Amino acid sequence: MAMVLSEEAGMLKDAAKGFLADSAPVSQLRKLRDTESADGFDRDTWKAMAEMGWTSVLVPEAHGGVEMGHVAAGVIAEEMGRTLTASPFLSTAVMGATALTRFGCEAQKGEWLPRIAGGEAITALAVDEGRKHAPAHVETRAERSGNGFKLNGKKSFVADGHIADMLIVSARTAGGDAEEDGVSLFLVPQDAAGVTIERASMVDSRNSARVTLENVELNADAVLGDVDNGYKPLEAVLDAGRAGLSAEMSGSAQECLEQTVEYLKERKQFGEVIGTYQGLQHRAAHLYSEIELGKSIVLKTLQTLDLAPDHAAMMVSAAKSKMGSVAQLAAQEAIQMHGGIGMTDEYDIGFFIKRVRVAAALFGDTNYHTDKFARLRKY
Amino acid sequence: MSDLGTFRAETRAWLEENCPPEMRKPMTGEGDACWGGRKWTFQSDAQKVWLERMAEKGWTVPEWPVEYGGGGLSKEEAKVLRDEMKAIKARSPLMSFGIWMLGPALLKFGNEEQKKEHLPKIARGEIRWAQGYSEPNAGSDLASLMTKCEDQGDHYLINGQKVWTSYADEADWIFVLVRTDFDAPKHEGISFVLVDMDQEGVTTKPIKLISGKSPFCETFFDDARCEKYNLVGEKNKGWTIAKYLLTHEREMIGGTGTGAMRPMGDIAVQQLGLNDAGQLVDPVLRTDVARAEIDGLAFMATMERVTDEAKSGQGVGANSSMLKYYGTELNKRRFELMMDSSGHDGLEWDQDNDVARHWLRTKANSIEGGTSEVQLNIISKRILNLPTA
Repeated sequence: MAMVLSEEAGMLKDAAKGFLADSAPVSQLRKLRDTESADGFDRDTWKAMAEMGWTSVLVPEAHGGVEMGHVAAGVIAEEMGRTLTASPFLSTAVMGATALTRFGCEAQKGEWLPRIAGGEAITALAVDEGRKHAPAHVETRAERSGNGFKLNGKKSFVADGHIADMLIVSARTAGGDAEEDGVSLFLVPQDAAGVTIERASMVDSRNSARVTLENVELNADAVLGDVDNGYKPLEAVLDAGRAGLSAEMSGSAQECLEQTVEYLKERKQFGEVIGTYQGLQHRAAHLYSEIELGKSIVLKTLQTLDLAPDHAAMMVSAAKSKMGSVAQLAAQEAIQMHGGIGMTDEYDIGFFIKRVRVAAALFGDTNYHTDKFARLRKY
Repeated sequence: MSDLGTFRAETRAWLEENCPPEMRKPMTGEGDACWGGRKWTFQSDAQKVWLERMAEKGWTVPEWPVEYGGGGLSKEEAKVLRDEMKAIKARSPLMSFGIWMLGPALLKFGNEEQKKEHLPKIARGEIRWAQGYSEPNAGSDLASLMTKCEDQGDHYLINGQKVWTSYADEADWIFVLVRTDFDAPKHEGISFVLVDMDQEGVTTKPIKLISGKSPFCETFFDDARCEKYNLVGEKNKGWTIAKYLLTHEREMIGGTGTGAMRPMGDIAVQQLGLNDAGQLVDPVLRTDVARAEIDGLAFMATMERVTDEAKSGQGVGANSSMLKYYGTELNKRRFELMMDSSGHDGLEWDQDNDVARHWLRTKANSIEGGTSEVQLNIISKRILNLPTA
């Protein structure tokens, strides 16, 4: 497959760029933060995104979607990374849609996919429990109870948890605390009895929550996929999210570089525009090269998800590892090359370093994915 | 079946018939490569036969026009040929600076006589070419070169010295950047000429490198003669050709260290082994190897993307500098890891796989064809549009 965007994806990119620059620039995130918005995202913007078909980008046509695929979803995520637009796009339109489309039964698809496509339902994945991403480490228990299950446990770092209508929760139905076998996935309505969702205040001003499950009673039809065999589906859902996050970080990294290069062309010191200094030129040129590599592996990964989703794990880890480190480098270099002004809250660059730090950590940081890559390579 | 499908089937059959079994084994070292030229001694009949058969088809240069000894293949057909050769692990029939560097320049800038004279001999591996670019005082600042080329009426007379001329001692002809105008600004007094090395006025002296090998020479021109019809392009306009050719060279050097090479992880596992958890015994090396492999994947994807963008007209021309910069630095990293995983054995000077010598050789990757710092300058200027003082 050619490593260029199709005409269709190119048009989507232009449309997304234009819409986000006009309707959801960095100043929107700043405002959400400063006004302590309870939702943590702008519902009008979300509605407009749904009308443009973004929320249905991975939903099959049979369920009201446009099913454009992961490359298209990545194009949107990348542009959102440029404007740091706060929205449940990744948790819902990418991960929620992937979970239900690939692993849901007909009833579950029928219930959720049209609402996801229409921007009416928000979903969130509740997977992590500890300080670091460890999807196989599941202490949350789901015990058989009557015709269904009873869930007990705690989840943290649940992106968009407090605004979600439905949580996709990993819980243990068998096996030891760190085993892949015995993990099951459950669709848990946000208002189910025993579910407590507490919003966490994050460094990037984006949504994250701690979820407590206390004797949450679910029917058997709340299981997504097969009981005890939820780990593979979980990884597939995570991989879709990881690739989307990588695309988002690619956009953020490009924006950091472009803003920095513009600044280098304006700022004068010692009587010269500082962009004439080789010390800064080489930092910028090196960063450019790193970002080009990141862009390439992200595109390759998104294409792989579209063509062969069951064989994408290694590429996804490579992309998340690479883009995580590249985006963090970009944000750090952006601050350094902006000098003092880059440290001020008034300037936007600070929003980038914060978001990129969180995006890099979400669903496995660079270290996690470097290690996972090595494991998949059998060393 | 589509035309391309038919071509693939025919190509596969032809290769199966014509590629000798010995030429389907991996090369064990530089010594296995075929460079051709008047001074060449074939290492085996198979090497000779393979070159002759491929040259007969024009497949040493698949995309060159048939009238210049090429195969006249489309890009798509050439890719099919590459794929099919890769599938049977066929060796490249001919390594050649003529193919990689001079050929593309002649196709673009040469006149009809020059193309007819030189290209078929390159394609058949009859003439081996050397590159005369750098001088002792013109390295990164190549345009300050001083090798003098004087008009003697019916011919040119060349005096001066070139350095880092690859395999010049084994070459037959050399393409040389010379100064034809000493008064003009430095970029506007340079010409591109072709010189027959089989004359008294041209002598070579190998340079021994830190690797103990001598892939490069110094080449001296003392009243060397160059026929006037061997001036390529216009007089004093040679810098344009030089830059075009350097772009090809950068792509070539940047591309080393990826693709066909064995994954670093596999080598490390073989050399050091796995622990009970199935992980490379040296945990720090394991991380470094994984990072290098990830960067290798990202780099290969970038090569692919840059090529595809160029095809669709969206490309950034100066990206060859980015590829050269990153590819060579990555290759150096790879060989540092290779030395790490070879351990004490790798420190021995003479051993089967010559890892120490290869490791040392890679240090030149980020110097030759424009240093990493020159590439970063080009990226700053031509891609980021940063101003110069």
